[in-house]
Amino acid sequence: MTNKISRRSFLKLSGGMAAGAGVMVAGVGAAQAAQGEVGRATLPYPAKTIAKAKNLKSNVPVSFQYPDAASPCVLVKMGSPVPGGVGPYQDIVAYSVLCTHMGCQVSYDTGTRAFKCPCHFSLFDAEKTGQMITGQATENLPQIMLEYNAKDDSVRAVAVNGLIYGRQSNIL
Amino acid sequence: MSTRKDRVALPPVNAQKTNMTCHFCIVGCGYHVYKWPENREGGRAPHQNALGLDFRKQLPPLQVVMTPAMTNVITDSNGRSHNIMIVPDKNCVVNQGLSSTRGGQLASYMYTSTGVGQNRLKEPRFFTGDQWLDTTWDQALAIYAGVTKRILDKDGPNGLMFNCFDHGGAGGGFENTWGTGKLMFTALQTPMVRIHNRPAYNSECHATRDMGVGELNNAYEDAELADCIMGIGANQYETQTNYFLTHWLPNLQGATVDKKKKWFPGETAGPAKIIFVDPRRTPTIAVAEHAAGKENVLHLDIHPGTDIALFDGLFTYIVEQGWIDKDFIAKHTNGFDEAVKANKTSLAECSRITGVSVDKLKQAAEWAYKPKASERLKRTMHGYEKGIIWGNDNYLIQSALLDLVLATHNVGRRGTGAVRMGGHQEGYTRPPYPGDKKIYIDQEIIQGRGQMLTSWGCNNFQTTLNAEAYREVIHRRSNMVKEAMAKARGATTEQLIDVIYEATKKGGLYVTVIDLYPVMFADAAHMQLPAAHPGEMNLTSMNGERRLRLSERFMDPPGSAKPDCLIAADIANALKRLYEAEGNSKMAARFAGFDWKNEEDAFNDGFRRAGRPGAPPIDSQGGDTGYLATYVLLRQAGNNGVQLPIKEVKNGKLIGTEMLYTDNKFSTADGKAKFLPAPWPGLPKPVQAQKDKHRFWINNGRVNEVWQTGYHNKYDHFVRDRYPMAIIEMNPDDASSLGIVSGDIVEVHNDYGSTYAMAYLERDIKPNQTFMQFGWYNGIVGDVVTEWTDRNVIPYYKGTWASIRKIGGAKDWQQTMSFKRRRWS
Repeated sequence: MTNKISRRSFLKLSGGMAAGAGVMVAGVGAAQAAQGEVGRATLPYPAKTIAKAKNLKSNVPVSFQYPDAASPCVLVKMGSPVPGGVGPYQDIVAYSVLCTHMGCQVSYDTGTRAFKCPCHFSLFDAEKTGQMITGQATENLPQIMLEYNAKDDSVRAVAVNGLIYGRQSNIL
Repeated sequence: MSTRKDRVALPPVNAQKTNMTCHFCIVGCGYHVYKWPENREGGRAPHQNALGLDFRKQLPPLQVVMTPAMTNVITDSNGRSHNIMIVPDKNCVVNQGLSSTRGGQLASYMYTSTGVGQNRLKEPRFFTGDQWLDTTWDQALAIYAGVTKRILDKDGPNGLMFNCFDHGGAGGGFENTWGTGKLMFTALQTPMVRIHNRPAYNSECHATRDMGVGELNNAYEDAELADCIMGIGANQYETQTNYFLTHWLPNLQGATVDKKKKWFPGETAGPAKIIFVDPRRTPTIAVAEHAAGKENVLHLDIHPGTDIALFDGLFTYIVEQGWIDKDFIAKHTNGFDEAVKANKTSLAECSRITGVSVDKLKQAAEWAYKPKASERLKRTMHGYEKGIIWGNDNYLIQSALLDLVLATHNVGRRGTGAVRMGGHQEGYTRPPYPGDKKIYIDQEIIQGRGQMLTSWGCNNFQTTLNAEAYREVIHRRSNMVKEAMAKARGATTEQLIDVIYEATKKGGLYVTVIDLYPVMFADAAHMQLPAAHPGEMNLTSMNGERRLRLSERFMDPPGSAKPDCLIAADIANALKRLYEAEGNSKMAARFAGFDWKNEEDAFNDGFRRAGRPGAPPIDSQGGDTGYLATYVLLRQAGNNGVQLPIKEVKNGKLIGTEMLYTDNKFSTADGKAKFLPAPWPGLPKPVQAQKDKHRFWINNGRVNEVWQTGYHNKYDHFVRDRYPMAIIEMNPDDASSLGIVSGDIVEVHNDYGSTYAMAYLERDIKPNQTFMQFGWYNGIVGDVVTEWTDRNVIPYYKGTWASIRKIGGAKDWQQTMSFKRRRWS
């Protein structure tokens, strides 16, 4: 059964940000972003293709780096729609896997579909926009804003919602 | 501007840097506050920012905690805006650079006109009879002092009632307990005062004090040195987080073995074993099993309210085994034989009452008390909190536990201690309470007594027992005054005082709330006065190891808000002027001594005057050496402060006391600790009556993210989105039998009242038991807590039974809120 997520619910979860990832317009190329843009009100995030949706298996995490090689992330197809999910089934989400508390790498637990931090035992819900289930962080897990292109079935990372651990700014 | 919160401003190297002790729990983690002009920021190179870190590249893990929640932009009263960043202090021995989810929000909770703080009280507010209006301090004080004086002169001080904090941290501190205490006890001389979390003026630890053992008798370092830790009725990971993470876990994981060998030569040393006493498998137990290995964790999951029988059984068993310190008992204690007789409980009987198997009981006794291979006594630390303090019954449980502790000499030796884990920090300095008995203030109010009630830095509508009945009466009595005021249109201040006073003579109650926010209690109030909190005032407190620190003022309070001690002084001075005006020098003299310019004056008048020649009697946690602590020395001592009592000042440094009773001289007249009899009494009658009628035990307590009544948290979307309503953990099979799923709103009801909560299914909750979030603004567990208290008017908040029925599903919350297990698995 499709569990449609209301836009209002998603905006609440994403801290009131203006645009849901699923409705985002095409991002800018990496080279262009690095130079910045006149009038841009956000950080110059690169766009990066992570996967083809048809190649993703439910509940199997895919590692990647974004917005640069020093920032490990995980993408998961949840198998049913989730807030912030993109793709044909609105079920693909991605997160930074550096715990927002002190930067230990969280691991994706396929049993609970949650991210677990080994250092101070924080837990984050992959199906609820990275919400902290319990733990010592003050922020949910940074969510990688994804964009799905139906023409070529690609899933691209285009921005990050929340500060990645150990950075003054998500763009180094 | 982007709302992604994906960058922060770094403090430049020349940013102002001050000390702050986190004010959200007993542990008191050290933080640094950086403040610098809004339009500036430090560079990313290590020499360009005050943190000294290289932000030109990704930082490795565990280097820093620096999140957007730790930053804010504040505006002082001169209109100048500054960035602030409040980050944990790596050199503080308490937290060693760690932050909890509560303390990590300190910056977010400082006043701004747009953030969480926009909801703060900024000016005195006056209820005219049908609406709230801002007013001046002069007008507010004229009415408050006028009504007070009328009652004091005509009816005496017993008409003046207070619900008032008595602790440290936010809404407390030595300055503010002294200011309020001097007003209530020296000037007004009213005994009609209850404390923030209990309905009388009493201690949470009468028994242990009667036995000669103060309840904060060790250092956090002792938890690193113990052979065994017994955690009783506390959930340390969620409620004393960084004490647990920084000092307990390393011991459980063996990281302190070398330290133990060095401290205790010749003794066997290994990773500590840990025993939890709690009817519920808490998130802490799940973390401990993961971190230390299940084989090192023992959970004594007693039936609710059977702690006394547990400790009596263990006590009887270890006496039989001879695992006691006979020499210590003979030389330094009284009453051992009587306690052995009174507490006698076989393991079989203990097991029958508590539900814990005899094998587990023996295992616990061996871990905690069987002498070590080196034939030395075990070093076992006992840390307890609200499971005992709000348990069945407070006095007897503490007696039973301390009997066990004294018999095994687990106090006054390093690596031991029988201590409260604590809730708030401490900060008690007050004149002696002006009464000779404990008065159940809530019941006095319910029965129609009292004319004026001041709710000061607490919110008993959300926290007291029998809360629904309490609220109902206060609203009704408050409305009598509101209706009278509404009819007095155009009245002068003098006329209003008459109107209010006359209404109180007919059963009305005039209610004033002094607080940071318009808390729920203000629904029944006629006046609100805006207070300040740490950062907006200098404030001293001590933590659970008696560590005294100064949190420094770094910004202005909002509007005309001010520290509680100065509000108390304003009230006293207003009354003094009224008595002087009518030539009553005798009464005016009672209100003298409040000529304080700032909070340091209040600190010097109370904490630093205790025990000094010529000073009046002062009950102070600083003892008679408190005078050695000056603001200047405390500033220099930084986030490590000094552990009370202070021994001396050496080379400009405060020297304190790490552990109490190392000389075996206890806090009794003859210096000997005292055993107390503690026979198992069964459940109190009113509690048993609810148990007989209703299916579910409604256990209750804090959750990790929420501090106290959530006075800040309720405005913080990070917390509010997580817990839009008080959760109630339920066993999945129980829930299923009632058609309840996670996210459903349920009604919790019994003979005392009814409240709502959000079901949160959790398989670790036993059948017919629940755990409900305490103190939250949306769902109040106190509504179903019985009015029963022990002999010292200490409630059994943890002990009530109720029925549960489904109201319906909260669809929005079910979509947005995680209902995954809050336990590591």
